Amino acid sequence: MEVELIKLVRDPTELISRAVQPVLWLVVFGQVLAQVRGIHTGHLSYLAFITPGILAQSILFSSIFYGIAIIWERDLGVVHKLLASPARRSSLVFGKAVAAGFRGIVQTLVIYLIALAMQVSIRLDPLAIVAVLGCAMLGSGIFATFSLIIACIVKTRERFMGIGQLLTMPMFFASNAIYPLDIMPGWLRVIAQINPLTYLIDALRGLVITGGENIYGYGVDFAVMLTVFAVLLLVAVRLYPTLAE
Amino acid sequence: MNTIASDRLAIKASELTRQFGRLTAVDHVELQVPYGEIFGLLGANGAGKSTVIKMLTTLLPPTSGSAEVGGFDIIKSPGEVRRCIGYVSQLLSADGALTGYENLLLSAKLYGLPKAERSVRIADALDFMGLADSARKLVKTYSGGMIRRLELAQAMLHRPAILFLDEPTIGLDPVARHTVWDRLLDLRRDYGMTVLITTHDMEEAETLCDRLAILHRGRVSVVGKPAELRSGLGAGATMNDVFAHYAGGLIHESGAFSEVAQTRRTVRRLG
Repeated sequence: MEVELIKLVRDPTELISRAVQPVLWLVVFGQVLAQVRGIHTGHLSYLAFITPGILAQSILFSSIFYGIAIIWERDLGVVHKLLASPARRSSLVFGKAVAAGFRGIVQTLVIYLIALAMQVSIRLDPLAIVAVLGCAMLGSGIFATFSLIIACIVKTRERFMGIGQLLTMPMFFASNAIYPLDIMPGWLRVIAQINPLTYLIDALRGLVITGGENIYGYGVDFAVMLTVFAVLLLVAVRLYPTLAE
Repeated sequence: MNTIASDRLAIKASELTRQFGRLTAVDHVELQVPYGEIFGLLGANGAGKSTVIKMLTTLLPPTSGSAEVGGFDIIKSPGEVRRCIGYVSQLLSADGALTGYENLLLSAKLYGLPKAERSVRIADALDFMGLADSARKLVKTYSGGMIRRLELAQAMLHRPAILFLDEPTIGLDPVARHTVWDRLLDLRRDYGMTVLITTHDMEEAETLCDRLAILHRGRVSVVGKPAELRSGLGAGATMNDVFAHYAGGLIHESGAFSEVAQTRRTVRRLG
């Protein structure tokens, strides 16, 4: 976990390159669609509506490829070294999730800067910001652990890249990130409602934006995220040791 | 083979077996390694050496049979086994983006060394492996020999009773190889460590190891001291003859493609 932080500080290129995509979404996609006014987002401007969605997207995209790093560690023998040590399997897996969480926090700060520069009306009360950072950690933990599970199953980089691509875009589009659930066709809404990303975005929409609407209630959002996280951790703890076989 | 009282055995494997699908990679292997011995596992690619090490280090559950390491059962008490062993895989597992010191600190934490002891132990290990001057440099600037010594330092940090080394000198130049051997002999002398290595290298088998087991297609074909094994084949027999005789021909027998690819990758990284 600390290891990841040290690396991030020593080589921030990754952070910078990851900031490019949200800039494109907010500056280009957001502004153009705001001109069209084709999507009804209530009293919020379209840009304000998608800002939490793009934040969640950047959390998703930065942690869903976490499994690549795990496969790399396996190829280097780091996984073997960790698993031959007495450190608890649960600590190893949880440590990975926390490390991903810190990346998520950094991503969040970057998005805040972009959104502020674009004059999106951001909630700046400390409590909201702390809750957003909590969401970012939890969301990153969920998707990184999910990614670790996929890595344990596919075990090679090539297969992982294929599956990673296959999963991320549908997860993003089948969520409330860039349009509200009530304009979706019924089947898509059902999928979106079982997509954990939807609950992350729902919580973020209320917490990030002044006047943003939290539909399910924070209790439900956090309960769903914590449950999903706990289940994923349990699965990951069982699968992680098979990486060294 | 003489039986040795089991409380003096660091490693004891009985009918240890592992199958991958239809392939029996390790087939009823018996091993008895007393404390303080440097023991070599030899065999062609794919003979089952790495699979034996993975089972003894609790990374891979056996299909059948059992083994005790440091007096603990690998299946019933894997946690206790992990506490008393050190392991260096065939791959280069030290983290190039961290300094030597940071790599060691990570190991100290993994093995739960108390905070107060960490810095002393790390300094000792760095001294012992001759890396004190490079401790603050990034590992990616190290030579292959230095990385191997750092990995040994990581594996010995918690003073394990038993060290497992999978091809510890693969890809190293002769000088670096001899340094690794010297350090292993020192570890045995100073701490009484038991060392189990796998190797293809006949010189390593002969000069470093007290006793050897040669594996062929997952079975132990012979166990003995290097000199005994040689004289058993008649006067003037070399270790190469011994290997050819017991390992079913020289190393041409094909290892799995992935294994060869992995070995090449390790060698390339050692540059």
